[in-house]
Amino acid sequence: MIALTDIHKHFGELHVLKGTSIIVPEGGVTALIGASGSGKSTLLRCVNLLEMPQSGRVAIDDAVIDFVPGGKVPREAVLRLRRKTGMVFQNFQLFPHLSAVENVMEGLVTVLKWPREKARGRALELLEKVGMTAKADAWPANLSGGQQQRVAIARALAPAPKVLLCDEPTSALDPQLAGEVVEVLAQLARDGTTMLMATHDLRLAATIASNVVFLDAGEIVEAGPARQVFSAPVDERTKRFISTLTAQVSLG
Amino acid sequence: MPHWLSLMIDSLPSLLLACVMFTIPLTLLSFVLGLGVGFIAAITRLFAPAPFAAIVRFYVWIIRGTPLLVQLFLIFYGLPSVGIVLDAFPAALIGFTLNVGAYTSEIIRAVLVSVPKGQWEAAYSIGMTWGQAMRRTILPQATRIAVPPLSNTFISLVKDTSLAAAITVPELFRAGQRIVATSYEPLILYIEVALIYLVVSSVLSNLQARVEKRFSRYGGFIEAAS
Repeated sequence: MIALTDIHKHFGELHVLKGTSIIVPEGGVTALIGASGSGKSTLLRCVNLLEMPQSGRVAIDDAVIDFVPGGKVPREAVLRLRRKTGMVFQNFQLFPHLSAVENVMEGLVTVLKWPREKARGRALELLEKVGMTAKADAWPANLSGGQQQRVAIARALAPAPKVLLCDEPTSALDPQLAGEVVEVLAQLARDGTTMLMATHDLRLAATIASNVVFLDAGEIVEAGPARQVFSAPVDERTKRFISTLTAQVSLG
Repeated sequence: MPHWLSLMIDSLPSLLLACVMFTIPLTLLSFVLGLGVGFIAAITRLFAPAPFAAIVRFYVWIIRGTPLLVQLFLIFYGLPSVGIVLDAFPAALIGFTLNVGAYTSEIIRAVLVSVPKGQWEAAYSIGMTWGQAMRRTILPQATRIAVPPLSNTFISLVKDTSLAAAITVPELFRAGQRIVATSYEPLILYIEVALIYLVVSSVLSNLQARVEKRFSRYGGFIEAAS
């Protein structure tokens, strides 16, 4: 079970998350949508503790951390929780000094201490899954953005995380390259990968999300099955947001 | 054979010996030790609590703000007054190590922060500890950017070791001075000494180019690609 409870996050004076709670159903894709600055990326980054909440509880299965203002969290607990997650970043963040396959192997070899050959085998399987077998030995600098992101997805999946966190996985890509990434993520969704993604790519959300959570100013305004939130939003703010997205899509 | 040439040939063995026995070991040892000091200083400035970082800033300020020759004199001629008596070579080694440490700490600090923050996050996201992220992700990228400025420091160091002559280390320049004292041919001898330094630093520059090439095989940061 992946649950965030009553999460508060401040950046200085800015109160980004105001007691936000969310449960991510396993085997489904939950999309966090909302305008820039709504806190969706911050909430996502609180799951793997790239951002430390000031208070609240983060739980993935038996790894549970309670945050209290001013309290210290043991490093071991952070690692234990973080190692149940994988993350895909907006700008890919592949390791430029490692080839594609080495990028995927890195977590297995360095963190999980797998022997290189075994790690390479698993990495090649994952590269096949994202359609990047042919480029296994390429340097990231020689790959297109879409190819880099697909390698990054394989890297995030390598240690078999409980949940794949995707932070705007398509927004640094032009529509065609975004399309190949959406396809890969859709396939993962069909395979039952649990995903939580922050996105304002309506195509991405509509194609693969089973659940949608709409955030506004650090609070969850509306949440529910994707079809319901997209086609019959209840809250006024959700309606407005969805209509701006739909306008973008019909224009584009 | 002209006089100048036979003088050069005759003095070459003792000059090369001084170079091999003192100049090169002093350069290599103080560079390696200085890199260690510089790395620890850089890490301390970037990641340690404020008082430790302040100590490092003080150290860098002192070393960079005073002449190397004065530092060497302080260590070799000054410290005996407080009961610390060092032989010439260890005194020079300490002086050069501290010097290299201060200058390279600034270089190392700069290249460490030049690796994009997202690389730390990517390393953390696959479960790495701070040490693993540093060793496996940040340092390899930082090293590559650091090669040109560190090579610069290294090549300067080869030439700076001639200052050790002033505290009686019998390195290349001092060996030259000795021969001048008996042959009274300063022009010829100092040209010869200069040529040997030139050869050594040219070899090093060449080596730097090769190291840079090796490190540039993967093409660099890829932030803007899409």
